[in-house]
Amino acid sequence: MRLVCMIFSFALAATAQLTPFDPEYVVPKKNPNTTPADLKNGQQLFMGQCARCHGPKGEGGRGAVLAQPKLRHAPDDEALFHVIQDGIKGTEMPPGYAVDTRETWQLAAYVRSLGRMAPETVPGDPKRGQELYRSKGHCNQCHIVSGQGGSIGPELTEIATRRSAAHLRAAVLDPESTLPEGFLEVRLVTKDGGRITGVRLNEDTFTIQVMDLNGGLHSFVKEDLKELQRDTGKSPMPSFRGTFSAAEVDDLVAYLYSLRGNQ
Amino acid sequence: MRRTICFLAGVLPLAAQVSYDRLRQSDSEPANWLTYSGNYSAQRYAGLNQITAANVRRLRPVWVYQMQTTERVETSPVVADGIMYVSEPGGSVTALDTLTGRPLWKYARTLAKGVRGCCGQVNRGVAILNDTVYVGTFDAHLVALDIKSGIVRWDSEVADPKLGYSITAAPLALKDKIVIGIAGGEYGVRGLIDAYDAKTGQRAWRFWTVPAAGEPGSETWAGDTSKTGAATTWVTGAYDPEQNIVFWGTGNPGPDWNGDARVGDNLYSDCLLALDGDTGKLKWHFQFTPHDVHDWDSTEIPVLADTVVRGEKHKAVLFGNRNAFYYVLDRGTGKFLAGRDYAKQSWAKGLDDSGRPIMLPNSSPTMEGAKVYPDVTGGTNWFSPSYSSQTNLFYVAARDVGGVFLKGNAEYKPGAQFNGGGQSPIVGENPTGAIRALTPNTGELKWEFKLYSDAGAGILSTAGNLVFAGTNEGDFFALDAAAGRSLWHFQTGATINANPVSYLSGGKQQVAIASGNSIFVFALED
Repeated sequence: MRLVCMIFSFALAATAQLTPFDPEYVVPKKNPNTTPADLKNGQQLFMGQCARCHGPKGEGGRGAVLAQPKLRHAPDDEALFHVIQDGIKGTEMPPGYAVDTRETWQLAAYVRSLGRMAPETVPGDPKRGQELYRSKGHCNQCHIVSGQGGSIGPELTEIATRRSAAHLRAAVLDPESTLPEGFLEVRLVTKDGGRITGVRLNEDTFTIQVMDLNGGLHSFVKEDLKELQRDTGKSPMPSFRGTFSAAEVDDLVAYLYSLRGNQ
Repeated sequence: MRRTICFLAGVLPLAAQVSYDRLRQSDSEPANWLTYSGNYSAQRYAGLNQITAANVRRLRPVWVYQMQTTERVETSPVVADGIMYVSEPGGSVTALDTLTGRPLWKYARTLAKGVRGCCGQVNRGVAILNDTVYVGTFDAHLVALDIKSGIVRWDSEVADPKLGYSITAAPLALKDKIVIGIAGGEYGVRGLIDAYDAKTGQRAWRFWTVPAAGEPGSETWAGDTSKTGAATTWVTGAYDPEQNIVFWGTGNPGPDWNGDARVGDNLYSDCLLALDGDTGKLKWHFQFTPHDVHDWDSTEIPVLADTVVRGEKHKAVLFGNRNAFYYVLDRGTGKFLAGRDYAKQSWAKGLDDSGRPIMLPNSSPTMEGAKVYPDVTGGTNWFSPSYSSQTNLFYVAARDVGGVFLKGNAEYKPGAQFNGGGQSPIVGENPTGAIRALTPNTGELKWEFKLYSDAGAGILSTAGNLVFAGTNEGDFFALDAAAGRSLWHFQTGATINANPVSYLSGGKQQVAIASGNSIFVFALED
């Protein structure tokens, strides 16, 4: 086994995005396109370009929950315009695909209309859920909330701003149905017979970097491995179906749905 | 714009005259890399064999030059007599000593305000002829620089940048003219290819890639849609000095993804043009993707090589197209000789006897989105293929990636983008790619080396029986040119979006590639 230096940042492929935005356009503070016709066109664009991540009603999924009165990255119309046009750097939110100025405003109008919908009600007691999270669930062994916990799984400090309650319930009961983009469990066998199961941190044509299930970091040159098994669609997270009662699942989801960072 | 003398060493090789004869016979002096693609035939092949399959594992970085830029670097260096001429984003140029990596001079281009472009202020390289270095700038000028100092000899505006024109391609030097192509295909500009007098900067000829009303080809555009027809020319072509023909690819028709108004084949978009080097007159054209609605520019590198097709010897053009098909054309006539797909595609059943694609249904963009292979970036793109006469293989950096093509509104406003839609990735699909070696006369796959993600960098083949290429994840690597076996790799730390070159420095073979904002130069460890 040859260990190469640890890599802690991800090299992302540069992909040119084309948006027909006039660079001389001065973005107004208020959305100028909010008529019913604008909303209708905005809804059509949203279904085509946004719904697959944010959910058809903005309920969230892979993308952030938009059915809420305040959006962290878009406190006003001008900011929302820029989020749609430019995306959010450092997140999975890409720039808008082929939306011109008017269409961007129509999308923004529809997104704001989602925030006026009644907030999702969640059964269960978040306090009891917080206790279950630590005790019976041992969730803190793999997830960080407000700086505390292990880092094998995704951080959950603001999870409710990005995922709906339904998505969180699915993650608790059937974790493999809600894997984040790019997540991959791998099993490795080194030339000297060592076996490692873990989560892929990074990979290129020649090397792979892995965190094992105890949190250990490893980096390998692929040709030094006897086996590299990709368990696509698998997750080391156990299902809590059968472990938790229905009421306990409600409590845990209620706790997770309360995690909104400083919001 | 201003000129900065950064450094001048006491004992350095003198910048030599790079005559037209030297350019024409560049294959006879592999110590230098005199044009964008290494020779007029655009083969990106280095006739050097110090670095071989047997010793490539001893390849180590010898110096790194870092550009002060956050723009994407796609440059391909030109090297003459120990000096490397590197273009930088926007159209700046730096001359570097190849022994030490230290700058000899720098030309810093200050761009005019309001300059725009769809895809970053990239610049892919320079041309040299006699005592002058030529560079195109992002504000659509062609600039001539003194080869020893970087001082501006002349500066000619090629087109109005306020309309969306820009230059990202390296110029191509002929006997006494400098040929340059233009970018701006996402702005509804009218495409062109120009030649300028090498000494004065006066325009010698212009070929409009979209015909005016009444001219041949104008009947392939409905109404007045040709006025915003694009067909830009943003990657350097090839040159056949025997026939005095310039070969140059053209880009997408405008608007990119909504072809409803521009009914017809839309000449000369997505074509290979054969132009007379003296006059710019069209000798022939071949259109790869008639009435393109996927933004599959045909600005890839035309590679000139002799080959035998069905028992008949041809001076041919080999072309790996963005539409995922490989073509063999006769160089004298443009006649289609052979072709087949080389990357994943779902839009065409194949090519007919004339090379025209046989379209499959449901592959055009829609309001809801149509899933099509390849994606907008294509089966390959601007990054260079390579042809080795030693292995008789054509090497292409291939992408097997699909996209969801969306049709949108297309309203032309001068200087603003005019796309008529767009493309989003297929959710959950990991982009993949490979370095593929094709039999040049058929396009048949000889071998492939799979990449972790899609290809985004060009290929160099060498007389040392090696192929060099790069990855999105920053690996620069060498393969056995005959079999595709991995022999060496080096992690540069940033995405590689550039083409490799090779030459001698102090009698020792170097290989250079841009990665991130830097040029990495490698040589064998002593």
